[in-house]
Amino acid sequence: MTSKSIGLGYIPVSFTFGLVAVQMGFSPWLAVFISLTNLASAGQFAGIRLIEGGASVIELCMTTLVINLRYFLMSLTLTQKIAPKMALWKRCIIAFGVTDEIFVLASIQKKDVQFPFYAGLMTLPIVGWTLGTFLGAFAAELLPPIIQACMGIALYCMFIALIVPPATDDRFVLVAVLISIAMSCMFKYVPGINVISQNGGGWSMIISAVAAAAICATFLKRKNTVTDQGKEAEA
Amino acid sequence: MSTITFSTGGMMVAVMALTTYFIRVTPLALFNKKLESQWIKDFMYYIPFCVLSAMTFPDVLFSTKSLTSGIIATVVALLLSWRKHSLVTVALAAVIAAVIVELAMPYILAW
Repeated sequence: MTSKSIGLGYIPVSFTFGLVAVQMGFSPWLAVFISLTNLASAGQFAGIRLIEGGASVIELCMTTLVINLRYFLMSLTLTQKIAPKMALWKRCIIAFGVTDEIFVLASIQKKDVQFPFYAGLMTLPIVGWTLGTFLGAFAAELLPPIIQACMGIALYCMFIALIVPPATDDRFVLVAVLISIAMSCMFKYVPGINVISQNGGGWSMIISAVAAAAICATFLKRKNTVTDQGKEAEA
Repeated sequence: MSTITFSTGGMMVAVMALTTYFIRVTPLALFNKKLESQWIKDFMYYIPFCVLSAMTFPDVLFSTKSLTSGIIATVVALLLSWRKHSLVTVALAAVIAAVIVELAMPYILAW
């Protein structure tokens, strides 16, 4: 896996993002701008759904925070990996390029990661991510309506493809996933508490995910916790 | 027709971008220690899977034109990802399955 292959791999995902955003009513250039400034797949998809649903600023902030929490851990891990004397402004630049794949590539390096190396590593993925969004956003109107109507499922299916393999390999992950799904369904369907899933469902997602992860972290003791981020799925 | 433009949605997009950057920059700019708590490590390990599954279910079933195509496409995606096919393959196959169901629906209903 190289910087170029990450960049290419991002294109289909960001293409779908561009397409979905424009269908939701975002202007194509705003969609491109979101990708350029966020560089976060699941976070962006959740974000546009919330914005379109008319969620509050707090809800948007909290949802983005929870979905992207893993970047915090990756960034924390990177502090152990980068050249100790790297200047603050350089750290601030490479921080923008903390994504699942770029992080994995940087963390498998044998030596300390230097600024030019990381800066080079993040360039093509940023280009690929932005370019894919551009293509998807402007292709949106060219696709036949029946395909457009079915494109929305693409994103969810990518999530399914990210969840299922680790859930079949690790029973603890399966338990975590099932608890989270059960809670999410409860917030959607049980009368009285289903108000939580209004405006794009940010709160429902936050509560379900945090509760499920907390329950599992408390009751399911994992044995080998060597840096797992490498195995963790792109999201 | 675009209803969310820079003038109507720009502020929310900026909030999103700043929050995301804040999460990434805080450790790199401020910390220089190792994470000790096993609970936090485990929590962080489970969080991505929990977030994605809560986002996906039950909404995935309603993300196409009809519930029937939603359910069939979801089953296709579950099977293919269980067989460890790539992200793009899974997504494309599900979209194609949904489109086929939508196209076939009028005929099945008429018959």
